[in-house]
Parts: sequence; structure tokens; C-alpha cells
Amino acid sequence: MSVKGLQYWGAPLLSLAILLVFLGIWHASTRQESGARVVDAEYAKLVGAEAATGKKSAFPTPAEVGAKLWGHLADPFYDKGPNDKGIGIQLAYSIARVLTGYLLAALVAVPLGFLIGMSPLVYRAFDPFIQVLKPISPLAWMPLALFTLQDSSVSAVFVIFICSIWPMLINTAFGVASVRREWLNVARTLEVGPVRKALRVILPAAAPTIMTGMRISIGIAWLVIVAAEMLVGGTGIGYFVWNEWNNLSIANILSGILAIGLVGMVLDQVLARLTILVTFPE
Amino acid sequence: MSDPLIRIESIAKRFTARAGGVTTVFENVHLAVEQGEFVCLIGHSGCGKTTILNILAGLEPASDGYVFVGGREIRGPSLDRAVIFQGHALMPWLSTLGNIAFAVKSRWPEWDAARVREHCQKYIDLVNLSGAEKKRPAELSGGMKQRVGIARALAIQPRTLLMDEPFSALDALTRGVLQEEVLRICAETRQTVFMITHDVDEAILLADRIVLMTNGPSAKIAEIVVNTLTRTRTRYTVHKEPHYYPIRNHLVDFLVSRSRLFNEALPAGYDPKHPPVVAPGLVEPPPAASGGPVRHAEKAVVVNLRH
Repeated sequence: MSVKGLQYWGAPLLSLAILLVFLGIWHASTRQESGARVVDAEYAKLVGAEAATGKKSAFPTPAEVGAKLWGHLADPFYDKGPNDKGIGIQLAYSIARVLTGYLLAALVAVPLGFLIGMSPLVYRAFDPFIQVLKPISPLAWMPLALFTLQDSSVSAVFVIFICSIWPMLINTAFGVASVRREWLNVARTLEVGPVRKALRVILPAAAPTIMTGMRISIGIAWLVIVAAEMLVGGTGIGYFVWNEWNNLSIANILSGILAIGLVGMVLDQVLARLTILVTFPE
Repeated sequence: MSDPLIRIESIAKRFTARAGGVTTVFENVHLAVEQGEFVCLIGHSGCGKTTILNILAGLEPASDGYVFVGGREIRGPSLDRAVIFQGHALMPWLSTLGNIAFAVKSRWPEWDAARVREHCQKYIDLVNLSGAEKKRPAELSGGMKQRVGIARALAIQPRTLLMDEPFSALDALTRGVLQEEVLRICAETRQTVFMITHDVDEAILLADRIVLMTNGPSAKIAEIVVNTLTRTRTRYTVHKEPHYYPIRNHLVDFLVSRSRLFNEALPAGYDPKHPPVVAPGLVEPPPAASGGPVRHAEKAVVVNLRH
């Protein structure tokens, strides 16, 4: 392979090799074993006769997970009652909750961050509240949300709202507060009005910092939704994973985990692209 | 004498030091700039040159004193006083055209897009940036960025142009070309300019009058040098003018020693309201100077004797 070819294909080939090694180890450690092993009868009932006799591990092989995954992908949107919905429907519920909570948070955080960033006085006044509220685990709000909002689905959205607001708020305030003095001076010498200055000078100058905060937020929101849905139940990918744990279907759990990872990656990449759009070269 | 366009009256800048005392950067600064005049302010770092310019621009308040422009006391920045910043201060997310259009739309918000575009193009052409309209500042060289800054300032057709060491960040060749263009543009537009520099040659090339400031703290205007060179000077011929070297030597002498010693022993009759106006270009060279070669010969003789 030429040097140029290696530069281009080297990393993907290595990634593929790592994947194959991982699958190989997984396959080797879960493959069928010969010889009967006697275990507790209760456990045998729980995990199935084959696993209990040692013929088969309770942990699925890569091929089994692959087959399950293919099944999910072939029919992602079926709905056969509350506990049997396609993985696509569950993901759609989760994404809808995340986007609702996230956009509501952005609607509050960006203007409020702007206000905080514009005035050192307001900045100092808000700072203690932000510092105390920021480290609170979003799930700690859940009981309070369930009590006040009295709706599990709305509570999940609220948890997303409260966890994604802080990075956006802090980054917006920081971005606005650190707009270069010289750009503000240009605006002043041109007698630019406050609204025009905010929209045409401060916003574009702070946009990369704001977008970085939004990217951090979407990542946290996607982390939190799984836990929140495990708590509130009903629908969503978090509930799906928990439900499959109750069904003791490890293959389904693994399918769910993979789906969570892939959706999270897509959300992050979308925000990364948007960040590049508003970033200016210095 | 008619009322000058800019009148600075007794401005001062003081800071409260951390120990509790007051540091005076400069005080008792009086200056008048006539319509169409190009005035350069020269002084060492720390004498408050940039602060004086910022006060003129309205970006910073003076601790004391007043500034009048067109007979009115200034209150904050104004579109009538355009500033060319030391570090170009272009908005990196806007193109060349976008940066200039931002200024033009600030000046004439009622103009439609076509009129703004046409007006901007005129000034882009004026500073020889045709073809770079769509480029972002990051794609421009240092000299081109400063041209955009000049075009942006001129495009709003200000009554005065304030320049804060506009060429100090540029290499010598680019600086020379831009100085030439500023000279040409000012000759065409009869623009009133107040410029800060620490470059003696730049001041002689561009200015009608050169204001010399003593070193800080407590800096003041030591004297005002009238540039007696012809107005049609260029950077290729300026050093051949008969008045060039007397003026240059006067300025260099000032910067080397007198700027430091001035505050220690104020000359008799020094009045900060009317600092001495000198024209070194008109002073006949003293006989000693014309006898230079003779002295040189004497020196040579001494050297020979030592052998």
C-alpha cells in the first residue's frame, strides 16, 4: 500500500481490526461448552436449562446479538402494547423528550446568559445560585418534579431541561462577557444601538462559545434521559433497557445500549457541525 | 483666527494607585486642530498618547478638562469621529465588504442594500482592495486588514479621523505603501486627521504639525513642531527636501533626551496653554554645522597625531 493510501485507510482498517478482535474475544468467551455442570435448580429455572447445565453462557454470543439487532432494525416501529414496542418508537420517545427539554432550556439559558454576561453586576449576583444549582444531579430533581408536575413524562422533560440549562447558561454568559473590547469599541464609535450591537456584534462574537455550551448540554441530556426513563417508566429507550433487564434478555439490552451510543453520537455530530458553521477563523 | 475643529482644553488623566496615591498620566494638555489639518502626536510609551486619542474618540472619559469638536463639547463616541485602531479591530466573522457595510449601515440606516454596496465599493477601490470584497479578515495580510480598517473609517465620511499607531504592526515595506496611500487620500479628501505614532519618519511624511509629548508620568505637551516641508512630498523624495534633516534631528533629539529631561527643568516662560511652536526646518543651520567637514578633519588630525 502506498504511503498516501496508508494515511487514508490506516485508521479505518485499524478500527476494523480492533472491532474484530473484540468480537473474537466475546465469541470465544461465550461459546458453547461441552460437559454438564450441575447448578442450583432455582437458578436453572431462572436462566434456562441450557445455560444452567453449562452448555451455554447466559451472556449472548455476538451472533445472537447481531440477529436480535437485525430483528430490531427490520421492524423498528411496531407497537404491540405498553411493554412491547419497536426500538425505533422507544428512541423516538427519548429523542422527543430530550429535544423538548433541551430547546426549552436553550430558550431560557441563551437570553438569560446574555443578560448575565452583559453586566458584571448581574453576573456576580447570579453566580452563587448557579454554583449551587449546577452540581445537583438532575435525577435529584425527579421527586420534586413528580410531586409538583404530577406527570411522569413531563417530569422527565423537566429533568432534561434542568440538566441542560447550566452548560448553556454558563457558556453564554462567559462568551458574552469576554467579547473583545476592540469590537465593542468599534460598535461604540459607530454609535450602534443596543439591540443591533447585541445581534450583530456580541452574538456572532460569542456564538462559538455558546455553541460549545449547547454541545456539552446535548451530551448531558442524552446521558440523563436513559436514567430518567428508567425511573419514570412507560416509554423511551431507558425504559426499554430496564424492561429487557426484567425480561432478562441480555441481547435486547445490548441492542438498546448500542442504539443509545449511536443516537448520542449523531446528536453530538449535529451540534459539532453547527459549531463549525458559526466559528470564525481569527 | 477661526474656531478650530478640535479644541482640547486642559485635559488630564489620573488613576488612583493601589497604595492610595494618585498617579497622573498626563495633565494640562491643550491643543487645537484646524479643519483639514494633519496632526501627529509623538511620545514614548506610557505618556498617555492612546488615552488622549481615546478621550478624543469619546471611548474614555478624561479625569479633567474638556474636548470640543465643532464648538460642541463631546459626550461619548460619535460617527463624526472615526477611529482607526492599532490592531485593525475588524470583525472576523464578516467579509471585507461586510465590515465596511456594517459601518455604512450604522451611518445611514435608511439606505437600501444596493446603495450601501455601491458606497462601500467606492472606498474599497480607494484603498486598492478591489477583488478582496468577499474575503474574511483571516484571509487577508496585515496590510490589507489595515486597509479595510481605513476604508471602514473613511466610508462613514467623518469630520475627523483618529488614528492610533495604525501602521505599527506592519512590516516596513507595507507600512511605506500604506503611508503613501494615506497621504494621497488625505490630499484628495482634505480630511482632518489626528494620528498617534512613535515613528519620526512617519510623522514628518504625513503631518502638518507634530506635537511632542514628554515622558510620563505627568506628561505634557513640550512643544509643537511645524512641518515646513512642501505638501506634495512622497516617501521617495521626502529625505531630499532641505528641511527634512533639521526637523528629523530635532525630533530625534527630543525623543532621545529632551522628552525625559523636560519635566525636570521646565524652560523659562513655559505655558502649557500655549506650548512653544518651533519650525526647525526654517532655522538656518548654525555655522558649526556647515563647518562639519572641518571639524571632521580636525578629528582626523588628532587621530593622526596619536599615531
